[in-house]
Amino acid sequence: MKLSEQAEDIIERLWIEVEEDGGPFLDPETMFIKPDAESIKELTRNALAELKNGMLYLRAEGREVGRMTVRRHRLAERLMMDVLNLRGETGQMKVCQFEHLLTEGVDTKICTMLNHPTTCPHGKPIPPGECCIEARRSGDLGVVPLTEFKSGQEGEIAYIQTEDNKKMQKLMAMGVLPGNRIVLVQSFPSYIFRVGFSEFAIDTALAKEIFVRRIQP
Amino acid sequence: MSPLEESPEEQHTIRRVALVGNPNVGKSVLFNALTGSYVTVSNYPGTSVEVSRGHVSITGKSWQVIDTPGMYAIHTITEEERVAREILLNEQPDVVLHVLDARNLERMLSMTIQLIEAGLPVVLIVNIMDEAERMGLSFDLTLLQKRLGIPVIAAATAHKRGIEEIKTAIAEFGQSCGLPISYSRLLEADINQVSRLIQKEYVISHRSLSLLLLQGDEEISGIISKKEDEEVYRIIEQNVREIAFERRESFHLNLSMERKEMVSKLLKGVIALPEKQRKTWGERLSNLTMRPLTGIPILLITLYFGLYKFVGSFGAGTLVDLLEGKLFEGLFNPWISKLVNGLIPWWWLQELLVGEYGVITLGIRYAVGIILPIVTTFFIFFSILEDGGYLPRLAMMVDRLFKWFGLSGRAVIPMVLGFGCTTMATMVTRTLETVRERTIATLLLALAIPCSAQLGVILALLAPTPSALLVWIGCMTFIFVVIGILTGRLMPGEAPMFYMELPPMRMPQLSNVITKTYTRLLWYFLEILPLFILASVILWLGKITNSFEKIVNGMVPLMHSIGLPKDVAPAFILGFFRRDYGAAGLYDMQSKGLLDARQLTVAAVTLTLFVPCVAQFLMMQKERGWKIALSIFFFVTTIAFSTGYLLNQLLIATNLLG
Repeated sequence: MKLSEQAEDIIERLWIEVEEDGGPFLDPETMFIKPDAESIKELTRNALAELKNGMLYLRAEGREVGRMTVRRHRLAERLMMDVLNLRGETGQMKVCQFEHLLTEGVDTKICTMLNHPTTCPHGKPIPPGECCIEARRSGDLGVVPLTEFKSGQEGEIAYIQTEDNKKMQKLMAMGVLPGNRIVLVQSFPSYIFRVGFSEFAIDTALAKEIFVRRIQP
Repeated sequence: MSPLEESPEEQHTIRRVALVGNPNVGKSVLFNALTGSYVTVSNYPGTSVEVSRGHVSITGKSWQVIDTPGMYAIHTITEEERVAREILLNEQPDVVLHVLDARNLERMLSMTIQLIEAGLPVVLIVNIMDEAERMGLSFDLTLLQKRLGIPVIAAATAHKRGIEEIKTAIAEFGQSCGLPISYSRLLEADINQVSRLIQKEYVISHRSLSLLLLQGDEEISGIISKKEDEEVYRIIEQNVREIAFERRESFHLNLSMERKEMVSKLLKGVIALPEKQRKTWGERLSNLTMRPLTGIPILLITLYFGLYKFVGSFGAGTLVDLLEGKLFEGLFNPWISKLVNGLIPWWWLQELLVGEYGVITLGIRYAVGIILPIVTTFFIFFSILEDGGYLPRLAMMVDRLFKWFGLSGRAVIPMVLGFGCTTMATMVTRTLETVRERTIATLLLALAIPCSAQLGVILALLAPTPSALLVWIGCMTFIFVVIGILTGRLMPGEAPMFYMELPPMRMPQLSNVITKTYTRLLWYFLEILPLFILASVILWLGKITNSFEKIVNGMVPLMHSIGLPKDVAPAFILGFFRRDYGAAGLYDMQSKGLLDARQLTVAAVTLTLFVPCVAQFLMMQKERGWKIALSIFFFVTTIAFSTGYLLNQLLIATNLLG
C-alpha cells in the first residue's frame, strides 16, 4: 500500500496528536483539509483511520503506518540538519518533500548512515525501526568518530569528515583512508592510533573527524 | 630551471643522486653511509629541514648525494615537503632513491607510484629490513621489482646492509621507465583533458603535472603559468577549474583510494605477515612513556637526572669548576696575563687581550670555561632523547597543556631545545605548522625560557639561597603561563592542530648521539665565539674611551627603580650580547658580595626575562621579519623591567627574602 503524500502528512499528524500528545482525535480543519477530501477517503478506505462527526480517529491498523511515517519525517530532519546543513524554513520545506522518498529500505539505509539516531533535531523521539532494534541487540555501534572507541579497540575507517582540505590530505598521508584497519591504542592525553605498523598521535579535534566502524571480534 | 642557467658547466659534469621519502625511514643514515660525512640524524620530523649534500665515488665516478627533508606525497603541504620537491624539480637528479620503511611498505608505496608517474628516475630502497624481519614479515622483492619495473633493493642502512647494492644500482642505472600507471576511466579522462593542453616540456611528466594542478597545487600552477603562453595557460586554468568544481566532493579522496587500490594489487603476494605479532621491549617502553600514570613520573625522572643532575650538577658544577676555576683562573689566565704583559708594552693592547674585559681573559674564558661544558652536556642529553625517539612522545603528552598557549604539542621540541640554546630553538620553530604557532613559540622562547648557559649560571648564583631560587622558578613559570595563555587567547588565527608520527623507540646509538652533539656544538660555536669576542671588544672600547661609563650612568635610574645598585648595569648590557654573559657578570658580583638576596633575585628574574641575546634577536629577525622581531624585543623589555619593579616592591613589602 502506497499512500499519497497528503495522506502521509495527515496520518503523521494524526499519530502525533493521538500517540504522543494523548488527544482523542485530529480535527482535519486544523490542517485546512475538508473532511470529504480525497486524501482522507484514502485513509478510511485503507482502514487506517475512521471519520466520525468530521473528526479523524486513528485505528489500530493505522498505528504502525503512522509511526513509520513520523520516523521517516524525523530521519529526514536529521539528514537535513546534520549532514546537508540545511536549516530554517528551507530545511523544513525540503524535509516535507524528502520524507516521502524514504520508503522501501531507503529509510533503513539513512538510519544506519546516521547511526540510528533516537531524537529529531527538535528533541522529539524518532520511533525506532527494525534496523535500530537489530543494532541495539547486536551491540553494533555503527559508524562512530574515533573518539568513541575504547583503547585497544580495532575498527575499519569508514570516512573522514572535514571541510579542511589540508587536514584531509594530512590524514590520508598518515594512512587514514577508508577501508584501512585502525587500532586505537590510547585516548588520553592524546589519541594514539595504529595503522599498519605505524603509530600516530593526534588531538581530539582531528580524532573527531575520523569515522570508524567497529569490527566484530 | 634556475640552477641550469646559473651554472651550466656544473650541471653537465656533476651526476646527482637525491634521497627522498617519508620522515623517519633512515634517509639520513643512508646518506651518511654513502658519503661518510656528518649530518643530523633525527627522529623528530623536521630537524633535517636543512638539506645536506655530500659526495660518493662509485667505480671511479663522482656523484653528488642530496638528502632531502621528509615528504609524504608529491603534492606538498608543509615547508619541508616543498623544499624536497623543489630539489627534484630544480636540480634534476640523475637518480632518485626513494627510501621507505619495509614495515610500512603498504602505506609508503603510494609515493613510489607518484614518483614513477612523474617520470623521475626512481630506485626503490626498502629500508629497515632488519626490524621488519624481526617482526616476522617476509618479502618477495623480486616480484615487486618485476611489477614496478624499477630496481628494488632491500636494505638495513643502520647496519650497512644493502649499501653496496645501492651503489651498484646508482652506477648502473639505465633509463627504466617504470610501470605504466592508469587510473579509473573517469580520472584518466580528467587527466587527459588537462595534460593535452600543456605544451612545453618540464622535469616531471604532463600526467603528473595535470594531477597536481587538479589537486590545487599553487606552486605548480605558478611554474606552468610562467612557462606556457598566456593564452595556453588561461585555457589550462579554465579546464582545471571546471574539473575541480565537478569533482569537488571527493577528488583527493578518490585519488588516494585509487592509489591505495593500486598498491594493494602491486603488493599481492609480495608481503607475508607473521602469524602473531610479537611485542618488543621498545613497544612496552613506548606504552609506559605515553600513559599519564607512568609517563609523567618517567618525564620527571628524565628531567631530574638529565637536566638537573647531568647538565646542572655535572656540567654546570663539576665541569665548570674544573675548567673555569682550576684551568682558567688557576693556571691559564695568570700565565697568559704574565706572558702578554711581558711581551706587549702598550696598555690598551694589554687591556684588549688580558684586561678586565679582555678577549682572552673574559671572552675565551666564558666561552670555553663556562659555556662549553654546559651546552655540551645539554646537547648530549637532548641527542639521547632525540635518538631514542622520546621527543614525539613528550609532544603528545603535553599537547593538551600547550593548547592553552595556542601551541600544539609539537612546540615542546623547540621549547626543550630552548633550554639548551634559544637561538637554535628559534630557528627550529619553523617546523611548526602555522605562522601563529611560530610567532607564539618565538615570543615565549625570547621571554621565559633561559638557555642552558644562563640556566647554569643562575642556578649556581641562586643555589646558596634556596628561597631565592624558588622565587625565581615561581616567577618564570608564572610569566610563561600568563603570557602563554594571553597570547593563546588574544592572538588572531586558527587553533593549532596536532598530529605526529610516533617512530618506534629504540636504544640510542652512541655514534648517532656523538654525531648530533658534534653537529650542534659546531654550529653553536661558529655562531657564538665571534659574538663573545665582539662583545669583549665592544666592552673594551667602552672602557678605554669611558663611553661605557656614560651608558652605565644612563641606566642608573632604571637600575635604582628596580632596587639594584648601579654596578649591575654592565651585566644587563652584557646580557644583550649573550644572556649567559650577563648572568655570569652577576655571578662575579655576587662572589664579591655586592648583592643581597633580594637584589640578586630581582636581577636574576629581570635578566632572564630581558631581551634575547644578539644572536637570538638576529635569528628572530631572519625567521619572523623585522616587524615581529622588534615588537617582541620591546614587549619583552617592557615585561622584564615591569616584572623586576613589581617583584622588588613585593619582596620589600613582604620581606620574603629578609
